[in-house]
Amino acid sequence: MSENNSTRHIWIVFWILLFLTAVEVLLGIFKPSFMLSNYILGVTLLNMTFIILTIVKAYYIVAVFMHLGHEKKSLQISIVAPMWLLIPYLLFILLSEASFHGAIG
Amino acid sequence: MVHFYMEQSVVKNNIWDGGVRPMVASYGKLMMWFFLMTDALTFSAFLGAYGFQRFVHADAWPIADEVFNHFPFVHGEYPMLFVALMTFILIMSSVTMVLAVHHGHRMNKKGVILWLGLTIIGGVIFLGSQAWEWYHFIHGTYEGALLGADGSIAHFVAGTTDQIMRHGELIVGQNALEFIASAREITGANLIYNEYGHPLFANFFFFITGFHGFHVFSGVVILIIIFINVLRDTYEKRGHYEMVEKVGLYWHFVDLVWVFVFTFFYLV
Repeated sequence: MSENNSTRHIWIVFWILLFLTAVEVLLGIFKPSFMLSNYILGVTLLNMTFIILTIVKAYYIVAVFMHLGHEKKSLQISIVAPMWLLIPYLLFILLSEASFHGAIG
Repeated sequence: MVHFYMEQSVVKNNIWDGGVRPMVASYGKLMMWFFLMTDALTFSAFLGAYGFQRFVHADAWPIADEVFNHFPFVHGEYPMLFVALMTFILIMSSVTMVLAVHHGHRMNKKGVILWLGLTIIGGVIFLGSQAWEWYHFIHGTYEGALLGADGSIAHFVAGTTDQIMRHGELIVGQNALEFIASAREITGANLIYNEYGHPLFANFFFFITGFHGFHVFSGVVILIIIFINVLRDTYEKRGHYEMVEKVGLYWHFVDLVWVFVFTFFYLV
């Protein structure tokens, strides 16, 4: 029955979100040393893992809980495209400027 | 007077010419989406500004684990656990909200009342937790800290009165005595000083979690309003529960923002 299927889907996503959060919390408490000493794009492996897991969680919340995954393609694009365009741009400007903030006094 | 333009019939052949819903979503739902998108950009700017200042003041920036390490009714230091509980509560209330929307689609009033009620309770518990977290941050530790004349923060090395740790650097002898003489004792954190480190950490913490908490608060108020409407059969008479869905979008967004606040304030 579709009634049972869709509520089961909601609970599966709940368990995924809970599992990802638990992984984040455990990594945050134990902080494995190899994840602190390895860098990807100037960010420690640990922080990169946190950021990627967060984006995965955001995907599930937006696609399933907010139901964007089942909306019309044009609606999906008009919500997601500005995000993917503007947020990386904003962060690039802010963080690259911060890197030489001290040098220009 | 005759309005000619009103008598001309407009031929609409194209989906984007008007009169239809090209995105197959109502006006209200579409506008909620666009509002949430702009709100997401606002929060991105806040968290980006937080990251900027953290880079600039990396040496004096407090480590969240050492600041937020209390748990209600338990003594000792338990970093991460309380905020993990808060995250769990908010994810849980997001699930109950989806279930309320789900029952709304099926015109099942009893189901909507049950799950919407649980969502409101989850939101209230989250707000209470945040108040608890703020109280402990504002109140600070028993020992407090020394705020130097230059704005730096130092702590006495345990068991001594003439040795201090300042931003990870041990200072002893004449330098330490001079610093202690010029410094004043502070406890806790507010918008002016912060015993754990740079005052901007406290400013950003109060501003960003406060702005998020205000979103949660308004969400709870709106949920209570539609809860009353559900009880009064407003949506039964209207023939659909779309209002529950629209408020649900807002509520999930609040959860979404918390996922990012959690990562960038407590984990990274």
